[in-house]
Amino acid sequence: MGLDLRLPIGALFLIIGLLLAGYGWMTAGMEVDRWWGLVMVVFGLVMVTLARRGRSKV
Amino acid sequence: MAQAHLAGIDYAIMAVYFAFVLGIGVVLRRSVHTGNDFFLAGRAVPAWIAGLAFLSANLGAQEVIGMGASGAKYGVATSHFYWVGAIPAMIFVGLFMMPFYYGSRARSVPEYLKLRFDEKTRAVNAVSFAVMTVFSSGISMYAMGKLFNLLLGWDFTASVLVSAAIVLAYTFLGGLTSSIYNEVLQFFLIVFGFAPLVLLGLKSVGGWTGLQARLAQVSTSQGFAPGAYTQAWRHMDAAAHNPVGIEWFGLVMGLGFVLSFGYWCTDFLVVQRAMAADSMTAARRTPLVAAFPKMLFPFLVILPGMIALVAAGGHGVIGLVPQKLDAMGHAVFTAQGAPVADFDLATPMMLVHYFPAGMLGLGITALLASFMSGMAGNVTAFNTVWTYDLYQSYIKKDAPDAHYLWMGRVATVVGVLLSIVAAYAASRFNNIMDMLQLVFAFVNAPLFATFALGMFWKRTTGHGAFTGLVAGTLAAAIHHGLTLPVSAVPGIKGGFLGVVTTYPSDLAQTFWTAIVAWTTCFVVTILVSLVTRPRQDAQLNGLVWSLTDRPKDEHLPWIKRPVTLALVVLALTLILNLIFA
Repeated sequence: MGLDLRLPIGALFLIIGLLLAGYGWMTAGMEVDRWWGLVMVVFGLVMVTLARRGRSKV
Repeated sequence: MAQAHLAGIDYAIMAVYFAFVLGIGVVLRRSVHTGNDFFLAGRAVPAWIAGLAFLSANLGAQEVIGMGASGAKYGVATSHFYWVGAIPAMIFVGLFMMPFYYGSRARSVPEYLKLRFDEKTRAVNAVSFAVMTVFSSGISMYAMGKLFNLLLGWDFTASVLVSAAIVLAYTFLGGLTSSIYNEVLQFFLIVFGFAPLVLLGLKSVGGWTGLQARLAQVSTSQGFAPGAYTQAWRHMDAAAHNPVGIEWFGLVMGLGFVLSFGYWCTDFLVVQRAMAADSMTAARRTPLVAAFPKMLFPFLVILPGMIALVAAGGHGVIGLVPQKLDAMGHAVFTAQGAPVADFDLATPMMLVHYFPAGMLGLGITALLASFMSGMAGNVTAFNTVWTYDLYQSYIKKDAPDAHYLWMGRVATVVGVLLSIVAAYAASRFNNIMDMLQLVFAFVNAPLFATFALGMFWKRTTGHGAFTGLVAGTLAAAIHHGLTLPVSAVPGIKGGFLGVVTTYPSDLAQTFWTAIVAWTTCFVVTILVSLVTRPRQDAQLNGLVWSLTDRPKDEHLPWIKRPVTLALVVLALTLILNLIFA
């Protein structure tokens, strides 16, 4: 189909996660942003990894 | 109501999302060469993507916000819209109907009707569907403009035009693939945007048991048993015992059978996602894959509404739910002088109440995403039905493929423009919109009877199907015109032909209207079919159950077979119902 959807999903969540977590670390009292940002980063990494693995197979 | 203010980080998250949406459109543009690519995503979508899109196409923002509102009004019984009103129909369409939709190579649901019955049955379905999608997309835009104006102070015109421009850009470029990809993106955004909302909310009210205890007070204060808001089945014995105002028979037949099968099994907006799948097995698995997250979505979209009722620190009419404002911005009161709660704001107020800067941006982006993919889904379904079922059938029959691809892009632009007009019409003439939605409900109610007879009884004729559809629609209108929910005035709510009976709630009336329409269509279709000439068996090959080879699953490992998936989905749904009975 020209584009493995897992790649943009992974990248989007990686970037939003980094933004959130970064904002959470720099601002006091933002534990939620910090932790949820990290969760999103992990999800983004998993998606990107799956996409890269999938491509090497094809 | 105090407006929320977004910080720089919130806008940054939103901007990243917009960049990705447009980027996906631009990249996909390169792989769109034919009508098949544009309208059917090249029939190359894997089951998991088609499945999540199948789910998300239905999960527009109105659904997200409406289910939160229903959660606040009806409590956990709202989950019947998922466990009774969606899962069984999704299993049915996957196992039993997809072989015909996908196997017949029809490019749309109306086109299946043409293949199975005749031109006039297709025409009535195609025209009503095309008009309906444009209005749905317009109403979605209107709801978005209104919500963000109220919540964030954004300009109505600006939010409508910007979102329309973005939707237009990515559907114009990438067609159905673009729409499907963005629906999957939206699915993950909703999950990641709402899961922390539910976690924070539940934590603040003392978990599920704390929520139960607090809602018991709400329940008894309205004259129900303490568990009426937190038990889905135990109070369904009589309409007066539960806040939904319906008894189990009306619920199961009206919602669980007629309305839900009518929507999930015949609505091209969702069926189109499965038609785009890369194989017959993938097409049949599409609704089943969608059923897994679907059965868990009540926790994401209904719980926020329930928590909003009892969250501490709310300044609303009940908990966080604020008072309703009329079009002029004046507070609304009942005839007795009590303030009226605006339940549609339950979920948005939850976002504002529980989320700090950053998380709020994520939540708002998730809502924006579901508004926009709701529009995109309607626009891509519209351009297909317009191009293949109306333009190619009645205006220009034998043009080359490139011409129809061009027409599809034109229809995309026109569809978006018409939606904008509809959005403004909705903001000016609210009653006209309510009336149109009512008419659509009449048209849709009998549809499943036509499809079920067409697919499973080869004797059904085109004349029978057409007459049944018209009779069912009329029956729906007449039933609605003769009945009224209690404490409503005759008019759009019903009773315009004189009130014969009253129902305990709007929903009870809606469900029974659907039951009457379906039964009428079913009976009339059979009667007319018996006295008209059926088509030859040879012409119905691949269109009717008894004349079609069963889809072969034996080559798949048992774990991957659609039937196995369906049984797992059924068992899990049953367990959920038992837990929350």
